[in-house]
Amino acid sequence: MQLRKEGVPEGLWMRCPECGAMLFRKIVEESLHVCPECDYHFRISARTRIAQLCDPDTFEERFADIEPVDPLKFVDKKAYRDRLKTEQDKTGNPDAVVCGKGFIKGRPLMLAVMDPTFMMGSMGSVVGEKITRTIEAAIEEKLPLLIVSCSGGARMQESTLSLMQMAKTSAAIARLDDAGGLFISLLADPTTGGVTASFAMLGDFIIAEPRALIAFAGPRTIANTIKVELPESFQRAEFLLEHGFVDFVIHRRDLRSEIARLIDFCVK
Amino acid sequence: MAETLVAEPRTPKSDAGNANPSGLRHVLEFEKPLARLEQQIRELEALQQQKQVDYSAELRELRNNYTALLRKTYDNLSAWETVQVARHPQRPLFRDYVDMICREFRELHGDRAFGDDPAVQCGLARMAGHKVMLIGTHKGRDTKEKVRCYFGLAHPEGYRKALRCMKLAEKFGLPVVCLIDTAGAYPGIGAEERGQAESIARNLMEMSRLRTPIVSIITGEGGSGGALGLAVADKVAMLQYSWYSVISPEGCSGILWKGSNNAHEAAEALKLTSKHLKQLGVIDHVIPEPLGGAHRDPHTTAHNLEQYIAKTVRDLKRCKIDNLVERRYEKFRNMGAFIEKAARHASRVTA
Repeated sequence: MQLRKEGVPEGLWMRCPECGAMLFRKIVEESLHVCPECDYHFRISARTRIAQLCDPDTFEERFADIEPVDPLKFVDKKAYRDRLKTEQDKTGNPDAVVCGKGFIKGRPLMLAVMDPTFMMGSMGSVVGEKITRTIEAAIEEKLPLLIVSCSGGARMQESTLSLMQMAKTSAAIARLDDAGGLFISLLADPTTGGVTASFAMLGDFIIAEPRALIAFAGPRTIANTIKVELPESFQRAEFLLEHGFVDFVIHRRDLRSEIARLIDFCVK
Repeated sequence: MAETLVAEPRTPKSDAGNANPSGLRHVLEFEKPLARLEQQIRELEALQQQKQVDYSAELRELRNNYTALLRKTYDNLSAWETVQVARHPQRPLFRDYVDMICREFRELHGDRAFGDDPAVQCGLARMAGHKVMLIGTHKGRDTKEKVRCYFGLAHPEGYRKALRCMKLAEKFGLPVVCLIDTAGAYPGIGAEERGQAESIARNLMEMSRLRTPIVSIITGEGGSGGALGLAVADKVAMLQYSWYSVISPEGCSGILWKGSNNAHEAAEALKLTSKHLKQLGVIDHVIPEPLGGAHRDPHTTAHNLEQYIAKTVRDLKRCKIDNLVERRYEKFRNMGAFIEKAARHASRVTA
């Protein structure tokens, strides 16, 4: 998956990639990185997401010392090892997910938040392992689980090992399900490939941000395969809602209250 | 003298099975030197027949050369050449294995929700001495069948039909055998509308806790989530010259090299051969193919496959189901490679 609209660029002013309006950066940040003109939801880093979702100073990070290796000595135009280094320096994170325990409106939960600023949130061994451990912690501590998906899919540079993370995380979700645990899956722009085809689509509740791209095969792959022009609304959150694959589409400002509501209905 | 020579079995056994009704074998690029030798052998045989001259010594030498070259070629296949073999037009397909291995096959259709996907075929089967639920992806042999089967690319209803049949197997205590040969799940509008991702995800989750033995074998192509959706199994094996990867070499080349001309390098980098995946612990077993690949000798391939299924299903049936499901979980739980700084140990994939 290629990055269509990356994060939030630096500077005092910024342009909304959707409506083109020039926006004062501070205003955008205050509106949870949503365009005040057109409601475009900017892609945000895992740390920003956690700060927006959790009650202040309640997030306690876990599994932060799990770091990637280069098991296949993968080299394309650039060595995977170097790519990792660059991404780690850029983001300050070891890999593309941040996990831990937090509180949303006073309700405790385990969360795993994928980070689109690190190799497009792609899932390799570290992402799979940390998400699995977060699921296991939710079972162990009898807490609700929230996973925020925002990912281009399985990471090619770890090949089949990345593919196996799909099986690993889905198997862990099965255990959470058997234990009667609550799993809320939040899909942010973009959620594609191996992430969609594993835990992201296995929530007891699947909710999505407006206009988020949610797909198995990305629109470019499909367009290349079947050689037809795809409608703009294809594979957007609202399209999935219409076809019965998400429970509801929710504006970022209402996320906290809706997650709290789901927890209240399901957790004794 | 000439009669005895003719009676001698030719080194490259004539292609048997339904894989090749025409009797002509498709020649892969790297097989061209082999094809030239085969041609020489045929010409010399014809000449011998025609002129009643004894060329047996020359023929023997040519045949020895041929076998040596065949062995050398197939012992040193590159990853990309392996992908070519896995896609060989005369490689046995799911239906060929059904014909060659199953004593009975009662096909079951439909996902009970939308339709029937011919790219995924399911049925009650007697094979390798067991009653099983047999599930396979089928690419289709002739053009008409290929189109009908979407070239083996499954739709959501295919994965849902497979899951429905696995649940049946669980209920009635039948082991599940999956034969996988697919470039991936179908990337199309209908597939996305009907939840391609959800259908695969559901299979991963449900297969991980299915209370009956599961054996999955990649027989040709093991393309990404489309293959994994039938491969969360107690034992996962690959035929020797099949491939299994997170993305096709062409797809990977298109994204990482920004063009599809680097499929050769991508195939190498992805470590997608059975040998690599056995080393990595992603698969449990490599089922050997006859010299020169399954397309040269479908029956021996089917025989090897059958033997593996017979033994593996027998072993799995002996396990207590609780232990089996626990071990299946642990198997996938342990996959991945990373470093954990605090614990100061490197976790690696374990078979």
